[in-house]
Amino acid sequence: MDGTQAALPSAAQLPGRGAKISLVDLEKRFEGVGAVRGISLEIGSGEFLTLLGPSGSGKTTTLMMIAGFETPTDGDIAIDGHSVIGLPPHKRNIGMVFQNYALFPHLTVAENIGFPLKQRGVDRATRTRMVADSLAMVRLPGYEARYPRQLSGGQQQRVALARAIVFQPRLLLMDEPLGALDKQLRESLQLEMRRLHADLGITFVYVTHDQEEALTMSDRIAVVNEGRIAQLGRPEELYDRPSSRFVASFIGESNFLSGVVRGMEEGLVVADCSGTTVHALAAEPLLIGTEVTLTTRPERMRFADTAFPLTGRQNRVRATVTEAMFAGERCRYLLRGEDGAAIVLKEPSGAGTRRRAVGEATEIAWSVADTVVV
Amino acid sequence: MSDAAVITDIPLVRTFPVRPFRHTGAVLLVGPLVLFMVVFYALPVLAMLARSVTEPSLSLANFTRLAHDSVFLHVFGTTLRTAVAVTVGTLLLGYPVALAMSRMRPNAAKLVLVIVLLPFWTSILVRSYAWMVLLGRHGLINEALLAAGVLDTPLRLLNTPIAVHVAMIHIMLPYMILPLSSVLRQIDAALPRAAASLGATQWGVFRQVVLPLSMPGVVAGTLLVFVLSLGFYITPALVGGPRDLMLSQLIAQQVDLLNWSYAACLSATLLAATLLLLALCQMVPGVRGAFRLGVR
Repeated sequence: MDGTQAALPSAAQLPGRGAKISLVDLEKRFEGVGAVRGISLEIGSGEFLTLLGPSGSGKTTTLMMIAGFETPTDGDIAIDGHSVIGLPPHKRNIGMVFQNYALFPHLTVAENIGFPLKQRGVDRATRTRMVADSLAMVRLPGYEARYPRQLSGGQQQRVALARAIVFQPRLLLMDEPLGALDKQLRESLQLEMRRLHADLGITFVYVTHDQEEALTMSDRIAVVNEGRIAQLGRPEELYDRPSSRFVASFIGESNFLSGVVRGMEEGLVVADCSGTTVHALAAEPLLIGTEVTLTTRPERMRFADTAFPLTGRQNRVRATVTEAMFAGERCRYLLRGEDGAAIVLKEPSGAGTRRRAVGEATEIAWSVADTVVV
Repeated sequence: MSDAAVITDIPLVRTFPVRPFRHTGAVLLVGPLVLFMVVFYALPVLAMLARSVTEPSLSLANFTRLAHDSVFLHVFGTTLRTAVAVTVGTLLLGYPVALAMSRMRPNAAKLVLVIVLLPFWTSILVRSYAWMVLLGRHGLINEALLAAGVLDTPLRLLNTPIAVHVAMIHIMLPYMILPLSSVLRQIDAALPRAAASLGATQWGVFRQVVLPLSMPGVVAGTLLVFVLSLGFYITPALVGGPRDLMLSQLIAQQVDLLNWSYAACLSATLLAATLLLLALCQMVPGVRGAFRLGVR
C-alpha cells in the first residue's frame, strides 16, 4: 500500500480491522426533551449491528452522536477503548453514509470519492488508484468522470458507499442508506452491503426503521424505542423470542392472546385463555393468577386438520374464519377466537392446501415452542 | 368582457385543441404590460439612443470624440473604480452575514432578514442625507472623535471617494445578501456534515463545499450590485466630491445643459458597458451552469 498506510495510521496499528465501540449510559436531551434516554451497548470488532426502531425513537440521534455531529448530554462513547467525546467529527476517522447520499454535486464521482483522501494528504496518483479500486469494489468501474446528477439513485448510493470506505475507516455508520430506493434495488444493495461487510471486515453500525432489512443484514439488532434499547440480540432471537409486546409487533407480525397463569409445568407456563389451556415459554417462573400476554407468529400457526402436522407439544384453539386473502406465496387468514380475539394465520399456498371459506369453523394449532410470554 | 369569455370557455372546448386558446389567454394577460413598456420605455430609450448617432449628423463621430474626451475617460474610470470597490465591499461584508443566516434557526434568520431589509423601506435619498449628517465636517463621527480627544481637527470625510464607497456599500448590501442567503440556504445540510465526516476541517468544509456551492449566489449578487453601482446617481451626488463625478451625474449634467447628443452618447456607452459585462459573465465557465443550479 506504499505511502497510503503512513497517511492512514489507525488502520494498521490496532488489532482487528473493525473498531470496537462502547456506548455507556448515553443520553441526549433537546431542550429538556429526552431523545436518547440511557443507551448502553458494546459493539464488537467487525460486527454488523443495526439500530432498529420507529421514527423518533432516538436511533439516528445515537448514530449522530457516534459520528460526532451531536454532543451527548450525558454518558460516554468509546471507540477502541478511547473516549471520543469532544473529538470533532473530522478527527474521528469514521465512514458515514447518509440517507440522501450527500454527494457533492459540484464534484465528479472521482473527486467525491477522492475527497477524504485529499483531506488526508494522499498524493494524486495514489488517490486515482484508490478511487478506481473502491469504485470496482462497489461495482461501478469507469464512472470516475460522471457527476452525481448523471447517476441513478442506486448508483449514487454506491458512490456514497465507495467514498465512505475509500479511506479505510475502521467503522462505517449508515443512516437509512436505502430508504430512498425502490424495493428491488434495495434488496440487491442489501446483498452487496453484506458482501462488502464480509470483504472489508470493518464494523458496521446501520440505522433503519425497516425490520425486514434489519433481519436480513445484521449480525445483531438493537431494537430502539423511546430512547432506550427495548431488546438486543441476533435476528433469530428477536424474532422467535421477543421480550416485549413492542418488539413482537415491531419485528414481523404477531398474534397476542391474553390469559391468566394457572401454574408452571416442566418449565412452561400454563395459562388459561378464555377457557382454553395454552402452554408457553417464559423467561422466568410466573406466579399463579398473573395476567399475561402470549404471542406467536402467524406463519407458525396451522389449521389443526392440515396435511402438514406439527411435531412436539401443541396449543390448540377453536376459531372462525372471518377473512381469507390470497397473497401469492401464502394465504393470509383472519380468524376470530371463541373469546372474540382476532388471530392472523399465514399458510403457505399450494395444491396440497385447502382454501378455507369465510365463516368456516375450524381449529388452529401451533407449537408450544413457538409461544412466548411477553 | 371578451377576455373573460375566452378564459371561461377553456373547459368547455376541451375536446378541441386547447393550445391556441391558452396562447391567446397568455397574450391577453401579458399584453397590457408589454404595450405599456413599449410605448413609455422602449420607444423613448431607442429614440434617445438614436440621438447619439443622428445628431448633429448621421455618424459615429460622437463616439470617436468620446474616446479622446479626457473628462469622459476620467468619469468612466471613477465609475468603474467605485462599482468595483462597492461590489467587493458588499461581498466581503455580506457573505459572512448570509452564511450566518443560513446556519441560524428559521426564526432568528427571519429576524436578521428583516434587519437586512430595513434600509429598503427608507428612501435612498433619506439614507444618503443620513450619511451626510454622519460624515459631515461637524457630523456625528467627527464630533465624537473630537470629543474623545482622538482628533484635534475634524477629518474631511464628506465629499470624498471614501464617503461614496461607504454610503453605497450600505445601500447595496441587501442586494448582495439576499441572493447569497437564498443560495446558501438551499445547500443540503447533509453536505457539510458529509465533508466533516470525511475528514475536512471547518475551513476545509467551507472552502471545498460551501463556497463552491454558493457561487451562483456570489455571481448573482456581484452582478446585481455591480450593474446597479455603475448607474448610481443620488448617493454620489450627495456625499461625493466634485472631482469624483460618476457617469450618471455627468449624463444628468449634460441633460441640464440641453446637450442631448452627448448625454445620449454617454447613456449608450453605459448601457453597452453593462451589457458587455453580463455577456462576459455568461462566458465564464460554470457561471451559466451555476445559474441553473441555483434554480434546481
